[in-house]
Amino acid sequence: MRQTIVRDVSELPTYGYGPRSGPWWGAMGFMALEGMGFAIAIGAYLYLYAVNPNWPIGATPPDLWPGTAETIIYLLSIIPNEMTNRAAHRQDLAKVRTGLIVMSLIGIGLLVLRGFEFAHLNTRWDNTAYGSIVWLILGLHTTHLVTDLGDTVVLTVLMFTRHAKPRRFSDVTDNVFYWNFVVLAWLPLYVLLDWVPRL
Amino acid sequence: MSIAAEQHALRDDGLNGLQLSTRLESIWRTPSGFLGALMSVDHKVVGRRYIVTSFAFLLLGGLLAVLMRVQLARPENTFLSADKYNQIFTMHGSTMMFLFAVPVMEAFAVYLVPLMVGTRNLAFPRLNAFSYWMFLFGGCFLWISFALNVGPDVGWFAYVPLSSLQYTPTKRPDVWAQMITFTEVAALAVAVEIVVTVFKQRAPGMTLDRIPLFVWAMLVTAFLVMFAMPSIMVASTSLILDRLVNTRFYDSSSGGHSLLWQHLFWFFGHPEVYIIFIPGTGMVSAILATFARRPVVGYPVVILSLIATGFLSFGLWVHHMFVTGLPQLGAGLFTASSMLIAVPSGLQIFCWLATLWDGRPVYRTPLLFVVGFIVIFVMGGLSGVMVASVPIDTQVHDTYFVVAHFHYVLIGGAVFPLIGAVYYWFPKITGRMLSEKLGRWNFWLAFVGFNVAFFPMHILGLIGMPRRVYTYTADMDWAHLNLLSSGGAVIFALSFALLLVNAIRSLRSGALAGDNPWDASTLEWATSSPPPPQNFDRIPVVKHRDPLWLDSASLPVVAGLSVERREVLLTSLAEAEPQIREGSPEPSIWPLLTAIATTVFFIGSIFTPWAVLWGTPPMAVTLIGWFWPAGSKEDEE
Repeated sequence: MRQTIVRDVSELPTYGYGPRSGPWWGAMGFMALEGMGFAIAIGAYLYLYAVNPNWPIGATPPDLWPGTAETIIYLLSIIPNEMTNRAAHRQDLAKVRTGLIVMSLIGIGLLVLRGFEFAHLNTRWDNTAYGSIVWLILGLHTTHLVTDLGDTVVLTVLMFTRHAKPRRFSDVTDNVFYWNFVVLAWLPLYVLLDWVPRL
Repeated sequence: MSIAAEQHALRDDGLNGLQLSTRLESIWRTPSGFLGALMSVDHKVVGRRYIVTSFAFLLLGGLLAVLMRVQLARPENTFLSADKYNQIFTMHGSTMMFLFAVPVMEAFAVYLVPLMVGTRNLAFPRLNAFSYWMFLFGGCFLWISFALNVGPDVGWFAYVPLSSLQYTPTKRPDVWAQMITFTEVAALAVAVEIVVTVFKQRAPGMTLDRIPLFVWAMLVTAFLVMFAMPSIMVASTSLILDRLVNTRFYDSSSGGHSLLWQHLFWFFGHPEVYIIFIPGTGMVSAILATFARRPVVGYPVVILSLIATGFLSFGLWVHHMFVTGLPQLGAGLFTASSMLIAVPSGLQIFCWLATLWDGRPVYRTPLLFVVGFIVIFVMGGLSGVMVASVPIDTQVHDTYFVVAHFHYVLIGGAVFPLIGAVYYWFPKITGRMLSEKLGRWNFWLAFVGFNVAFFPMHILGLIGMPRRVYTYTADMDWAHLNLLSSGGAVIFALSFALLLVNAIRSLRSGALAGDNPWDASTLEWATSSPPPPQNFDRIPVVKHRDPLWLDSASLPVVAGLSVERREVLLTSLAEAEPQIREGSPEPSIWPLLTAIATTVFFIGSIFTPWAVLWGTPPMAVTLIGWFWPAGSKEDEE
């Protein structure tokens, strides 16, 4: 078929930030389906809550301090996360490196706290349906946290190598974006796990 | 490299047509040899594998259906034992739903969507390769288990408490639950790829109201997958945890609830029907436009109907649970929503009929299958309105009436359009035409065989024959209709054998197709058949909904993409204005290695919880290998 060139696109950039880039939309897609997974798990919790006359079943509510401490750290982590985002947009490699190290350390700290949280749920997964759903939801979010931490650590290492090219800053901003989702996903889970049993 | 030098190097306007093709083919081709084949990230290679694999599962699932019909052909038959029958109907349903119907629709999308939107590959090609391997390994896992006599036997719905450890203490439900995870991973990955490809990689000028209807259908389907599949993920994970580490989700003695399973399963299971049906409607729209020689009537109506169907499909799951003792208000609400979904489906049917009415239809094999679809699907829709009503559903629940209904809907709604699509796109994929004469035999055998097989089941259900029974006594008066149904099933099976013969014969000696043998209007026909590795030498610019009909003299294209590395053009969401020339990943072995590591993790976890510990490091290592950019041309710039 005959063709007519009507436009030259060679002047376009080879990477972009936010909704202009493909990976950002990929992250959005995974956030949508993971968010749906959390919503379904919350639905399962509330279903079991509704069909059981006593809740929590055969246990005391979780101790508040690990979840509350995590929530505070999650909320505070938005500050270094946003600083990393701005540094990435400025393509300031030194500050991006620092920001990624800080975010990796925050992720590791949160994982340690998560260990304490499991230990202070005051129920085991095999005690009752209450224990099962609490462990499942916390397990899902922990998987979420571990995968994001893995991503952040690999990106941190990458930014200390020869691969720290300009377009990698776009990957950093996507990582920042995804962390905000990790924080956002945690907030309703914190209310559900730590406060609903106290109603 | 300086910006000026980089821009100079990227210019492609100095190359003539042949030089450009050769250069792009060398960049985009799949590496040669066995290892190269394992590394492929070309959407056409992966799509072909997906299509062939899912059709292989169709043949296996169909063979099981024939075995069931042989068993039921006469009363008190001893061809199959009760235990084997349970395995077979479970394997038939699981294979058809999880290993054929959804994957084959996504497979066609993997192959066609990039071509139809005018781009060179899917977004995230390595994820696409990974999803195929996961699908393949999950399907093989299920079928090897069946061959080893540990295939699941609790139905494709695996209701608890039947599937709980107490009532099925074997590994069979574990195999089923893990297979679910494999297919979920594959389906979810493809769904994200399709959404991003359609949102960001459409050809310049392909605004939202110029997207081909098949692509719209796959976009809606992808969203359904993304929002429905997490439910079965939570359900199957909870089931396997109950069985392996003694959690209590479905154990009523410890606060669990068996109906939780049904809610979670059908919240996925009902949209699943539309995940299968909506792509079929996209195929129908594509075929109809081409063979009616005019665009589909009511393009915006069809799109709004697709979206409405998608939304409504999430409000129907409880109609599978009418006999579980739900509150009447809830039952009424779900009756209303179940009946309401007939409205957008009906609107599409009327648009298609109007297209045929107003066009100059050419009744080639693809269009015959579309007409067959309309007849069968309307019949299935009518029985659907019947079972949406609580009193009727209560009467026919768990009878063969329901079996007849869902086969009319699923085979009529999906398989007939799919076979039409095979005849329609076979020339594009292989470069060869299928035989029209065999195609007509194929259609009539399928149409007659299907109706003879499944229509009697309506009557069998109404006179009380329950489903899932492996035999029945002679005094029930079900023998004649069952024999008729079994005869129809054999004729229906023969139609697929004929399709296979036609495909093999045409691959060897079919007539050459040329670029656009049907004189169709969408972009996949603007390139050669089969398409080259780069799909298009220059990315097309879209100025109309039917570019090949309205720009037939000369196709407008863009220049300026790289001839030194793999590059795709990203455009804006609504207007499809060019924004970025983004790199596209090179072939890689890491998706396969990651799939192998993931398979070991999941299968190992059936036998020991420790597999979660020792299975994780290989997954982490392979994932890092996958994402690490070493050797990537774009990183060496």
